[in-house]
Amino acid sequence: MIRTPLRPLARVLRAREVGENPDLIERENRRLRQEAARDQARARAEGRLVVLSLIFVCAFVVLSARMGLLAATEPVAVSPGISEDISSARADILDRHGRVLATNLATHALYAETRRMVAPEQAARELARIFPDIDAERMAARFTDPNRRFIWIRTRLSPEQKQAVRDIGEPGLMFGPREMRVYPNGRMAAHIMGGASFGQQGVRAAEVIGVAGIELFFEDRLRDPQQTDQPLELSIDLTVQATVTEVLEGGKKMLNARGATAVLMDVHTGEVISLVSLPDFDPNNRPAPPTEGEPADSPIFNRAVQGYYELGSVMKTFAVAQALDEGDVRPDTVIDTRGPLTWGRFRIRDFRDYGPELSVKDIMVRSSNIGTARIMREIGAERQQEFLRKLGLLDSMPLELVEAARSRPLLPDRWSDLSVMTISYGHGMSTSPLALAATYSTLVNGGRKVTPTLLKQDQVQAGEQVISEHASDQIRLMLHQVVQEGTASFARIPGYPVGGKTGSADKPNPQGGGYMDEAVLATFASVFPSHAPRYALVVTLDEPTDTTGPEPRRTAGWTAVPVSAEITRRVAPLLGLRPESLSTANASFIQGH
Amino acid sequence: MRSLLYLFTALGVIALAAWAYRENHLTRQAMNERGALEREIVLLKQSISIQRTEWAYLNRPDRLRDLVDLNFERLRLVPITADHFGEIGTIAYPLPEARSEVVDTIETFGAIEHLMAHLDPQSEDP
Repeated sequence: MIRTPLRPLARVLRAREVGENPDLIERENRRLRQEAARDQARARAEGRLVVLSLIFVCAFVVLSARMGLLAATEPVAVSPGISEDISSARADILDRHGRVLATNLATHALYAETRRMVAPEQAARELARIFPDIDAERMAARFTDPNRRFIWIRTRLSPEQKQAVRDIGEPGLMFGPREMRVYPNGRMAAHIMGGASFGQQGVRAAEVIGVAGIELFFEDRLRDPQQTDQPLELSIDLTVQATVTEVLEGGKKMLNARGATAVLMDVHTGEVISLVSLPDFDPNNRPAPPTEGEPADSPIFNRAVQGYYELGSVMKTFAVAQALDEGDVRPDTVIDTRGPLTWGRFRIRDFRDYGPELSVKDIMVRSSNIGTARIMREIGAERQQEFLRKLGLLDSMPLELVEAARSRPLLPDRWSDLSVMTISYGHGMSTSPLALAATYSTLVNGGRKVTPTLLKQDQVQAGEQVISEHASDQIRLMLHQVVQEGTASFARIPGYPVGGKTGSADKPNPQGGGYMDEAVLATFASVFPSHAPRYALVVTLDEPTDTTGPEPRRTAGWTAVPVSAEITRRVAPLLGLRPESLSTANASFIQGH
Repeated sequence: MRSLLYLFTALGVIALAAWAYRENHLTRQAMNERGALEREIVLLKQSISIQRTEWAYLNRPDRLRDLVDLNFERLRLVPITADHFGEIGTIAYPLPEARSEVVDTIETFGAIEHLMAHLDPQSEDP
C-alpha cells in the first residue's frame, strides 16, 4: 500500500511561498486518511451484518419449513411389529361382506443364545419333552457346540408351548415376537389365498411374505406401510364359497371324479363370487409342490385358473354366437347335419344320428358336432381367430392370482380348416373354466366384454361390445332351450330358470396320441336366471362316472349338470335372487322377440 | 437509563431460559406419554386382531355347519331354498280392531306408572 505522506514536501514548499500555514495541509490529509479508514470499517461491518442476517434467515427458513412439514404430513398410525427395518405388518384380506379371510396373529419364535445357557443338556431334554420331533441328543450337541452362538429352534409357538418353554427356566432360551399369517376358514378359498411364509428373519421381527395366489399377487399392496390398515376387500362371498365347496365335494365323491372345479361370476361386474378347485389344501400349512406324478393332480393346482383343458361342446356356444352376430345364420336357419363329415382322413361324428338336417337352435339343443363344424367352415379360420381373440380366449385369462398369468391356452400350431371345425365343437384348443365363465358372461350380458376380477367392484364394467345385444338375446334363449328341451334337462330347478350348455370332452391320452376312451371331462356352463342373467356358473368334473344306472354314464348331462343344478338351487337364494316361475321367464323371452 | 435496559434484557434472558427449560421437560414428558400410548395402541390392536381372528375362526363355515347338524333337533335349520320365499299377497292385513286390544294386554311388573307419567303428557295435567 502506498502511503500518502501527511506533509508532502511539494505542497508545503508551495504553501510557504504563498505564506499559508502548512499545518492546514497536514490536517487536511489526516482528515482524508481517517475518512478512508472509517469507510473501510463501515463496509466490513455491513458485510458482517449481511452474513449474520443471512444465517438468521436460513435458520428461520429451516425452522418454518420443518414446522410446515410437521403440520402438513399425515399423522402416522402406530402399527404393531415395525422394528429393526423389518416390517412384519400385512393388511388383512376380507370377503365381500367384511368377513375375515386372512389376518395376522401375534406369536413368538423360539431361539437360543448358547453363551447364556446355564444347563444346555437339561434344556435340550426338556425341549424334546415339549416338542416330540426334537431329538434331545442332537439338540444338546448343537447347544454345546462352541462354534454356535445362536440357534433358531421354532418359528412359531402356541401360547401353551411358550409357557412350557418359559417353565424350563433356562435363561439362554429366548422368544422373538412374530406376526403369523392366519386363514381362519381353513381350506375355504385355499386356491385364492395361496399362502404365506416368513421371509427375512430378525430377532425382533420377521417378514411375512405371500407365496402364491392373491397373497403373492398383491404382495406390495398388502405390505405397503401406508395401506396396512386398509384391508383388501375381495369379491368372494364366504357363505356362497362354503356352499359351493360343500356341494362340489359331495358331487365329486358321489361321481368318483379325480377333481372338480366351479367358478361363479357376476356377469355384469366380472366379480368372481366363488372359485373352488378340488382337491384343495389348508393355506395355513401349504403343501410343497409335488416332485412326482402329474402336477395337475396336486392339491395346490388351481384347476379353475391353471387348468386349460379341451372342454368340448360348451365351446359350440361361441361358434353359434359368432355366426348369429355376424349375420351368417339365424336361429331357424336349417343346416345339413348328414354324417359323418369327412375332411381328409378325419371324420366328424355326432353322439348319435340327429337326422339329415337341424335348425341352428336344434344344433345347440341337441349338441351336434357336424352342424357346428359346418357353420364354422363357412366362417373360416381368420374370422374365427379374430372372434376368439376379442373374447380373450387366445391368451391367458387375467385374474388377480399369480397362477393366472403362468398358464396359457394350447392352440393349434397351424390354424387349418380342420382346426376351425374341431375348435367349433371344443377340441383342438384349450380353455380354462375361469375363461369359460368370463366368456359366457360376455355373451349373455348384452355382449359387453367382461374381465374377471377378485376385487369387490362397485360398478358395472363398461367393456368392449363383442357381440350385438340382439345376438346376446338369441344366445340367452338358446341356452334356456338347451335346459328346457335338450341335453341339460337336470338343470331344471324350481324357482330359478337356468340356461346353459353341456360339454363332455374325451381327455387326451397322457402317453400321447389320440384320446382316452373312458376318461371324460364333463363341463356345464350355465347362467341364471336365464331370461335376465345375473350370474354365470361353470362346473367341471374330471373323469366322473355315474353308476346309478344299469351301465356307467359319463356325459355331462348325467354328471356335471346335476351337481351344477344343486349348486344353483342352494346358492341363488343366498345371492338374494327371488325365485321366479318358468312362465315368467318364458313370457320375458317372448316379450324380447 | 442504559443500566435499566441491561437489567431488563438480563431479566428477559433469564425468563426465556426458564421457559425453554420448562418447555423442554414438557416435551419430553409428552414424548414419554406418546411412547406409552403407542405401546398401548399396539397391544390393543393386537388383542383386537386376536379377537377378530378368534371370531372368524369360531364362525368358520365348517364349524357352523357342524353346529347346525348337532343342534338340528332343537333348531331345525335347513339351507335356504326357493320354497322359503313368500308372496306379499299371502300376508293378511292386520285386523282394524286389533290395535286397542294389544295396548290393553301388556303385562308389566314394577315401576311402569312412573314411566307412563313421563311418556304421557296428559297425565300430568290434573
